[in-house]
Amino acid sequence: MRYLQHDLVMKRMNKRLLSNKIWKMMFMIVTSFAMIALVILLYRIVSQGLSYLDFDFLMNFASRIPENAGIKAALVGSLWLMSVVAPVSIVIGVGTAIYLEEYARQNRLNDFIRVNISNLAGVPSIVFGLLGLTIFVRLFGFDKSILAAGLTMSLLILPVIIVAAQEAIRAVPNEQREASYGIGATKWQTIVRVVLPSAIPGIVTGSILALSRAIGETAPLVVIGIPVILQFLPTGYLDTFTALPMQIFDWAKRPQEEFQFVASAGIIVLLVVLISMNSVAIIIRNKFQKRH
Amino acid sequence: MTTKQQEKPSVQQLIVKSHNRKGKKTIEKLVPVLLFLTATISVLTTFGIVFTLIFETFEFFSRVSLMDYLFGKEWLPFSGKEPLYGILPLLLGTFKVTCIALLVAVPFGLGAAIYLSEYASERVRKTVKPILEVLAGVPTIVYGFFALTFVTPILQVIVPNLKIFNAVSPGMVVGIMILPMIISMSEDAMSSVPSSIREGAFGLGATKFEVATKVVLPAALSGIVASIVLGISRAIGETMIVSLAGGATPKFDFGFTDSIQTMTAYIVQVTTGDAGYGTTIYYSIYAVGFTLFIFTLAMNLLATYISKRFREEY
Repeated sequence: MRYLQHDLVMKRMNKRLLSNKIWKMMFMIVTSFAMIALVILLYRIVSQGLSYLDFDFLMNFASRIPENAGIKAALVGSLWLMSVVAPVSIVIGVGTAIYLEEYARQNRLNDFIRVNISNLAGVPSIVFGLLGLTIFVRLFGFDKSILAAGLTMSLLILPVIIVAAQEAIRAVPNEQREASYGIGATKWQTIVRVVLPSAIPGIVTGSILALSRAIGETAPLVVIGIPVILQFLPTGYLDTFTALPMQIFDWAKRPQEEFQFVASAGIIVLLVVLISMNSVAIIIRNKFQKRH
Repeated sequence: MTTKQQEKPSVQQLIVKSHNRKGKKTIEKLVPVLLFLTATISVLTTFGIVFTLIFETFEFFSRVSLMDYLFGKEWLPFSGKEPLYGILPLLLGTFKVTCIALLVAVPFGLGAAIYLSEYASERVRKTVKPILEVLAGVPTIVYGFFALTFVTPILQVIVPNLKIFNAVSPGMVVGIMILPMIISMSEDAMSSVPSSIREGAFGLGATKFEVATKVVLPAALSGIVASIVLGISRAIGETMIVSLAGGATPKFDFGFTDSIQTMTAYIVQVTTGDAGYGTTIYYSIYAVGFTLFIFTLAMNLLATYISKRFREEY
């Protein structure tokens, strides 16, 4: 008498192994979907925009005629915008991170600050635009200026920088702090001379990634009411301006087909800026890591 | 030089001197206060958001009845004589886009996460992850342009009466946009399931697929659900893709091929137009913004709750 029906077991086993194989293939195909999407996206934009991308495109102001349209005002405007966003968001973000990691006791107020930061990270960017419109544009009277947009963007990327800086500070081993206290350093001396230097690669990387998010962010600028067709460059922080994503948004909306190519050329410029920023982040991180 | 060396104070004197230095003490006391002030800015931001939304929304509801807003099936703020402010069409537009986004993001995201955590070799993982990071770093305006100029024309060939502006194309692209987040969060959740549990199942003769779906997936479920809920929140709040490819005709119907309007796209439409300060249309963007804020906040709190409450500790 046979207790085990071999052919039945074999049949069932083969079926299970086959289904494993089929599903593995499925999972592989599904995974490659994200990569295929990325490749198509990049290929489309580069093939469309490359012919419009030349020196004139970088040096011309916006125009109603696609051939003459350029991105100068937006490129310079984005640089001005970053000159507000970078110092404001990094100072406040790193300050908050130092406070939370080095000074904050475990109490309700500090718990509230922590929970608040994680919730703030999930607020849609367009809502930050409404905040900027009400507080900076109308209440403070900055109008549609670089300052108003810069402060709005700073608040938007603040949670990202805080979290990155917190992680970098937390990664500094406690022994280093103790050694510093042991030779008589005060708390602030320890933070400035021991903790921050070893946390800097992490902080810089996080900050640059956050800034590159701010460069591509469009919705808050739209809500604030940043104009798109400007024939001049800003000369101060209270001047109005336009930025790369705003310019792309305007071109993409236009019905004439030529403007699609202009929009693609603008996107190439934006992506080049983003990729070079990210490369800088990686280079800085690698350089600092070698020293430790 | 020699005289100076003779006058050099002893170490003890140096310590006493340094302890008495006033500046140092003030710095030590001042710094925590300053740092605390920077930390309050994030709290002030939240208060700023909540208060501006509430105040301006109040102004809106002094002109439009709350019942009309909540249950009205027509959103016609620009109609000259009698503008109608019923939020349902905007909610429905947002809902359609979010649903299609999830139809793309959940199967593809879960499939990719399972592949990366259970099947893929270390080398494959190391190539796929940076690509996902690039995908996550692409600005949404680029995705919007992609939806309008590439996805929509292709879909128009497949779906016969698809309009230029519709719900399907932006929905799919929003799905692609939230893919990286869902993949990496779900993959983290699955990777943190300890191997001993997998080995137990393998020891009983389970195949890899059975281990992945019957052991790892249930064990990592809280993290996966949290990632999906966060994806929903991102899809609801997404702005540029839907305002480029979704159109601007809020309608209360359940079709997917016609032009739609989402809450975020409405705010963009008003702020790029010239609705003057103080008009009812101006205040309506705050009411819509407040509604959007409540929905996304609820989703974010839900995600935090799920990942905390149902976390399996190994």
